[in-house]
Amino acid sequence: MSSRVNGIVKYLSWLLRLPDTLLGALDEFLDRLHRRGLGDAPAAILLLLPSVFLLSVFILLPMGATFYMSLFGGRHGMGSFVGAANYLDAFRSHDFRQSLLVTVYYVVGVVPVSLVLSFLIAYGLYRIDAFRGFLRTFYFLPYVTSAVAAALVWRSLFNPQSGILNLLLGYAGASPQQWLLEPRGVFHLISGGAVPASWGPSLALACIMVFDIWHGCGFMIVVFLAGLSGIPRELEEAARIDGAVGVRLLRHVMLPLLSPTLFFLLIVGVIKAFQAFNSFYALTHGGTMVETQNLILYIYAQFYQYGYWGYAAAVATLLMLAIVILTIIQWRILGRRVHYL
Amino acid sequence: MKARRYLLYLLLASGAVLTVYPFLWMVGTAFKTLPEANTASLHLLPETWQWKNVADTFRAAPFGRYFINSLVVSFAVCFAVCLTSLMAGYAFARLQFRGRGLLFALVLGSMMVPFEAVFVPNFVTITRLGWYNTYAALIIPWCANAFSIFLMRQAFLGIPEDYYDAARVDGCGHLRFLFRIGIPLVKPMLVTVALFAFLGSYNALLWPLIVTADEDMRVVQVGLTAFYSDAGTRLNLLMCASAVVILPTVVLYLVAQRHYVESALGSGIKG
Repeated sequence: MSSRVNGIVKYLSWLLRLPDTLLGALDEFLDRLHRRGLGDAPAAILLLLPSVFLLSVFILLPMGATFYMSLFGGRHGMGSFVGAANYLDAFRSHDFRQSLLVTVYYVVGVVPVSLVLSFLIAYGLYRIDAFRGFLRTFYFLPYVTSAVAAALVWRSLFNPQSGILNLLLGYAGASPQQWLLEPRGVFHLISGGAVPASWGPSLALACIMVFDIWHGCGFMIVVFLAGLSGIPRELEEAARIDGAVGVRLLRHVMLPLLSPTLFFLLIVGVIKAFQAFNSFYALTHGGTMVETQNLILYIYAQFYQYGYWGYAAAVATLLMLAIVILTIIQWRILGRRVHYL
Repeated sequence: MKARRYLLYLLLASGAVLTVYPFLWMVGTAFKTLPEANTASLHLLPETWQWKNVADTFRAAPFGRYFINSLVVSFAVCFAVCLTSLMAGYAFARLQFRGRGLLFALVLGSMMVPFEAVFVPNFVTITRLGWYNTYAALIIPWCANAFSIFLMRQAFLGIPEDYYDAARVDGCGHLRFLFRIGIPLVKPMLVTVALFAFLGSYNALLWPLIVTADEDMRVVQVGLTAFYSDAGTRLNLLMCASAVVILPTVVLYLVAQRHYVESALGSGIKG
């Protein structure tokens, strides 16, 4: 009996040590290769293979494949070679130009407002001592929640009949709005009709932008806070002694020291704004108005609903091109002005 | 000076309340009766709490099944991302090999390309492999990502060289160092990477919409949008479903947060 228990214990301890044994054996093998003059290369190949393989198959090669597919026509598959026809079709299409415009409005609106707002909140949190972590958790919360679920909540708040926003407008004596169903421009509505209705983002798009600013700020606040805590206190003290307080401290000391963080958030923010999909899809329920259809939604509709694979790939190629060019421009122009400590 | 301090607290607190207000409204509405939910009012809490709404929601759509799908997919992605980014991050931070700079630049470059822009050929790949409408389609393409690799590399760069030398003297090779000694040392970053991998997978919508067809294969995000089409008029149940979908990520975040998720994230990307 006891020998049996002993056997099981032995087996279990062998099982527990198995990963270690395997790793040790692999290490020994790598060491032998190392001594043969191969250096770290075998270990690097082993460790990098899964990641590089997956990134190549699902991100890097598909970049080229997207362009290749964009040269073909046909539906639900690849038809005949059509050259640049898909691109010409895109530029001729009113819906494509509209979705491009929507994306531009969205990027230009969401990124700067998010950056400024989250910086102000982060700076405020940095300046207080009590409850900082507690409040930060609250601000970060939207970021971890599903954009789809949160968008359904906001949809209800925006609802013209039962939503709370029109209730509040009513209390304030203002006329109710159609919010997410309003295709007219937000500037048109604010100016009381002085600006043409087709100018600028629609009120519906503005609502989506507000939602995404709310949903995305948490991430930026956390990153800004980390950047702020990385600034040596002595530097700040020295600036204070030299008479820099308030806005001047912020402008001439804190902001330059934060420029790496700012730069990172700008680049990531622009890329993320270009790929926004969930909020658009959930807030507009699949995009029924062209005024709230961004490029990703447009690509999705062309691919999924109409089956124009080549055409969808052409628009996707243009999107990729836009992101890469914009990122490089930001890198070139702003990268030089970033101060590293 | 003191008055300004209080003003700052007041501003930050009201901002925080405004930020969480939609969630409070969601939870309150989830337990209201339908007529009560459909009338605009400033009352957050229901007159009487309708606990049966939860059961009604799960009866109205197979959310149980959606959850199983989502959790299987998200945990698999989370585990795989941790593994691949630990390995790749370690290699980029610690190993010397030819082409390291070029390869790392390539990985960083892939951060520029959103998955949303390359889904067309990926869809072709998945269908050619016969993975359409399977877990594999939902899991495999997401098992490695550049941002996680970058964060893990930063974490490994932060470990003093002495640790490695000491382990080396004791006869510890790269792999054993990575998995036995390295993991505890980079734990805050690993928890961060795990959390973000889970969130990214659990909250994804576009890809699951494209590669799944059957109701049985729906993940919660797809299920929720479908539920909106079917039961959009039953606002209380819709809010209940939204709350149920959000719950796991909030719990996970609050648990993970104790491992200094924010500071790890911050230290990883600054500078």
